[in-house]
This record gives sequence, C-alpha cells and structure tokens, in this order.
Amino acid sequence: MRWIWIDKFIEFESGKRAVAIKNVTLSEEHLHDHFPGFALMPETLCIEAMAQTAGILVGQARNFQEKVILAKIKKAVFFHYVRPGDTLRLEAKIDSLSTEAAGTTGTITCDGKKIAEIDLMFSHIDRNIKGLDFPEENFVFTDLFKSVLQGMTFSEQPE
Amino acid sequence: MAISHDEIFSRIKEVLVDALGADDDEVTAQATLMGDLGAESIDFLDIVFRLEKKFGIKIPREELFPIENMMSNPQYVLNGKLTQEGLEQIKKKMPHTDLAAFTADPDINKLGDLFTVDSIVNFVEARLSNS
Repeated sequence: MRWIWIDKFIEFESGKRAVAIKNVTLSEEHLHDHFPGFALMPETLCIEAMAQTAGILVGQARNFQEKVILAKIKKAVFFHYVRPGDTLRLEAKIDSLSTEAAGTTGTITCDGKKIAEIDLMFSHIDRNIKGLDFPEENFVFTDLFKSVLQGMTFSEQPE
Repeated sequence: MAISHDEIFSRIKEVLVDALGADDDEVTAQATLMGDLGAESIDFLDIVFRLEKKFGIKIPREELFPIENMMSNPQYVLNGKLTQEGLEQIKKKMPHTDLAAFTADPDINKLGDLFTVDSIVNFVEARLSNS
C-alpha cells in the first residue's frame, strides 16, 4: 500500500498550484523518538509532505497518466521547527512541466509563519532516457492515493 | 541588444552552480557536466528548465542533449562504439560541440565528456542569435 502523509487538499488549480493540509499529532509514533521529551517533526518528513502535495499536482496535470517519481530535491531550507498540534499548510506551484519531467516550488507555513521552502523535480519515469521498462499499472497514483483529492473540484480542466 | 559571449557564460555558470551545487571556480569552459561537475540524468532536465527561464527561450531537450535516444539503436552503436552512421548523426545534431577528440575514438563511455560548459554556451548563443 501507499503511504499517505498529507490530510487533504484545500485549493487545487490544475496544472498550476495546489494547497494541502497536514495535521501533526503526537499519536504519530515517530514523534515519540524524535526526540524523547521534545517532539519535532523530522525535516525529511516535511519534504515528503511537500513531495506528495507537489507530486499529486504534477500527476493531475497529465490526468494521472504518468508515473510521477520524486527525482531531485533542488532546495530545502527550514526556518522553524514543526511540533505536535501544528497544522501545516503546504503550497506547491508548478514551475516547469515537460513531457519527461516537472519542476515545482513550494512553501510550508504554519499559522502564517514560514516553516520551509522546498523546490523539487519529478520525473515521468516511463519517459526516462534509458528506456527502462516499468510495470504497466500506475503504481504511483493508486486509488488510495487519489482519495486525498476526494471532494476537490478542479478550477481548470487538465489539457 | 545581443547578449555578449561572456555574459552568456556567466549566466550559464550561475545555472550550473545552482543546479549541480558546483563551486564557482569549478565551472570552467572546458569542464564536463558529468565527469567534472557530477551531473546525473535528472540534472540535465533541471539545467534545461533553468536555461529556458534564464534566457527566455524554449529548448527541446533532445536538441541540447540529443544522444540519449540514439543509444538503443544498433545502427548507431556497435560493440560499445559509435558507428560511422552514429557519428554522422551526432555531427548533425550537435553542431555546438567540439567532436574532434571523440571522433578519433568514438567509445560510448566517453559520450558524457562531450557535454562541456562550452558546448552549452555555444548552444545558447546560437539559439539567441536565431531568435
């Protein structure tokens, strides 16, 4: 099964930008160890949340026909800690989109305070340059994964 | 007004420093993208996106880095070397690249060395003068 690390989308402009929410709770077990007595959401998991937000934005731009894989973290700068009880607002924008790949820029905020800036690159792996074969079914965008988009109406239809 | 060769080089240098995390002084005209600057395949796409933005031009990736589609074609590659036909193709598709050394020994493992900082400068310069 796929691992879903964002809770819902609150804004979605097809092919342009999307905003997702992630609620951070102390019932997430990793926070018990990171760190005992002072729970902090690991920055790597902030990147994962942005990768899911931006990845779904990129996938939807091609109507989920491409297998969209995180290929490069172009930038990840953190300004504040993320703690249990925080509600993260993840805003991703498509910077570039081509047949083979996409570049996104993103900002994470919490209560209007900037937490991080995260810019990513995604590959459409069936169009990878080495001509490698991947499974036919779209193992990236399973129904479960697309379920976070339930209830969203897209402000613009994909091309 | 046309942008000078030096200005193009310095903008491309900024692109490569950002895209590859390279140091300023590593990005010389002769530096190879893969060997010297550590570029991997996804970085080529990143570079293309950044160049498009920096210079306000459209760059089809297969024009700047055309060899990727040739590798699986036996007409062009035989026993780890480029065939005569493959060489002709490369000459046609990569006029912005210095092919002299490669033509003498067209080992496909050395194809990566063709992508130098200079070859990108030449490509962008030609693109800008055509537009």
